Amino acid sequence: MNSAAAALRSSIQASVLEKLGPRFDADFGFRAKSKQELLPGGIPRGAFTEIHGPASSGRTTLMFGALAHLTRQPEFCAYVDAADSFDPVSAAQSGVHLPHLLWVRCAGNSEHALKAADLLLQGGGFGMLVLDLTGVSLRDARRISLASWFRLRNAIEKTPTAFVVAEEQLNAASCSGKQILCHPANPVSRPELL
Amino acid sequence: MFAALHAPGNPELLLECARYFSPRIEKTSADTVLLDIAGLDHLFGSPRQIAEALTNRAGIPLNVAVAADPDAAVYAARGIGGITVISPGKEAALLAPLPLNLLPGSPDVAEALHAWGIRTFGQLAKLPPLGIAARLGEEGVHLQRLARGEAGRQFRDLLDPVTFEENQELDYPVELLEPLSFVFSRMLTDLTQRLASRALAANEIHLELALEAASPHRCTLRLPVPMRDPAAFLKLLQLELSARPPGAPVLKIMLRLNPVPPRTQQHGLYLARAPEPEKLEITLARLSNFLGTENVGTPQLIDTHRPDSFRMTHFAAIVTKIADPPHRETPVLRRFRPPKHAQVLMTRGRPAHINSMVVQGKVLDASGPWQSSGDWWTREPWDHKEWDIALPDGSFYRLYEDCRTTRWFLEGNYD
Repeated sequence: MNSAAAALRSSIQASVLEKLGPRFDADFGFRAKSKQELLPGGIPRGAFTEIHGPASSGRTTLMFGALAHLTRQPEFCAYVDAADSFDPVSAAQSGVHLPHLLWVRCAGNSEHALKAADLLLQGGGFGMLVLDLTGVSLRDARRISLASWFRLRNAIEKTPTAFVVAEEQLNAASCSGKQILCHPANPVSRPELL
Repeated sequence: MFAALHAPGNPELLLECARYFSPRIEKTSADTVLLDIAGLDHLFGSPRQIAEALTNRAGIPLNVAVAADPDAAVYAARGIGGITVISPGKEAALLAPLPLNLLPGSPDVAEALHAWGIRTFGQLAKLPPLGIAARLGEEGVHLQRLARGEAGRQFRDLLDPVTFEENQELDYPVELLEPLSFVFSRMLTDLTQRLASRALAANEIHLELALEAASPHRCTLRLPVPMRDPAAFLKLLQLELSARPPGAPVLKIMLRLNPVPPRTQQHGLYLARAPEPEKLEITLARLSNFLGTENVGTPQLIDTHRPDSFRMTHFAAIVTKIADPPHRETPVLRRFRPPKHAQVLMTRGRPAHINSMVVQGKVLDASGPWQSSGDWWTREPWDHKEWDIALPDGSFYRLYEDCRTTRWFLEGNYD
């Protein structure tokens, strides 16, 4: 019975993957090994990826890992920081090559952040564009209309740019091509911190 | 080969016309300009076609003469109307009918030649050189060589600094940006065409607007890479003026471009893509327009231990040297700007409970304190006791106590 259920499950997964593309939930902590395993196929170009999860779940570490990888290719990346929470020192310590990074600070204004992301996508030429909505209130994040997300999705299609949105909860619904869920790690597994 | 242009009363036009064709120009006199046309045959064809192109470009009646000898070209342009093309070896024959007063002789030599009945170049050219040398000396020999078209002197390049500046006085004071944009567009098109004719680009745009009953409005746009696109320049000026408009109606416009060699970049098949400089500059200007210049750019770390120290610099899509990656990864901090005020309950010298706008509740574990201080010799010293705290929901925060005020702040969240 178990083997029949497993076979059915794998066949459904295979057909879903074939139709919708890969999707995974990443139980992502702070371990470098996990990050290296996740990044190569984790964030596709020409598509819209959502990274979501609660505080201290590793969303920023994941994004910085991707930014470090690309800025050292060398490619140019942009970071639209809605809540003005980007820490350049942490980014540099994570390996991000800061001269190849454009930082756009929006001082908590999610509308400005969306507008900035739209302008940067229209301009083109970036290897990766991060729209960081973490720190923006959930109410403001939910207020972003579906039409805005569709517009961003259409702008990113057929470009070599990877578009990543980081947030507490999923907001773009079916507009995003991939969602990555981050869970906070158990505090006792953080010996480097405590 | 050299081409001489001769037209009385239009020295600037002659220079401008010559510069359009060649970077090597000689201002022979107020009415005559000489230019080196070697290599122009690939673009314009035969010497006659080059001369015709020069005439068309000037747009006024002028004499053009082409010759292998610079002085032969100059005297032919001064003495023969229209277009004259002198084949090598035919200089003396073509110059022969020209009057002798075209030559730059001293009064004594001119008087002697006049007394001998010499009136034309051809008559002087036929005299025996030894006799000329014996009677008129070195000057006489030089004049005879000029008359024969055999002087063979060196070309004297004009090295005067070229400015790319346009001034436009308006018929009436203009307050709106849209009508100004039309004037900017025309001026920028002219300036960039002049840059293109010299194979140059610009890295700075200087704008000065004379205002009605107010001091002039000045601004300088610095470009990260040399550019020559008038549409991009116009958009940048529009964005700049919409962000910082002049305080009064505009009476006069002065636009100046700083000329520099254009950027040369060889694109490869496997090179990473980068934003196009023109598009990027416009995007950055648009972003700066609604976010502020200080909020758009590249962070540059400052050599200090003061928390959250960096400066914003202009972002340019230029590949820079990449340092080695860090050997050890550290937890990533998301900062609260400004830090959030917190109330902290201490138990046995360690944070046990926290209450702030961001988090409230029991502190599961805490690590610290790490003390940092500095800049005590300035007006903005800092003295912090930092703690890393873990909360029951699995989140981690950096907390610090400002030792100067004994107040607690949440500095950021580890993510």
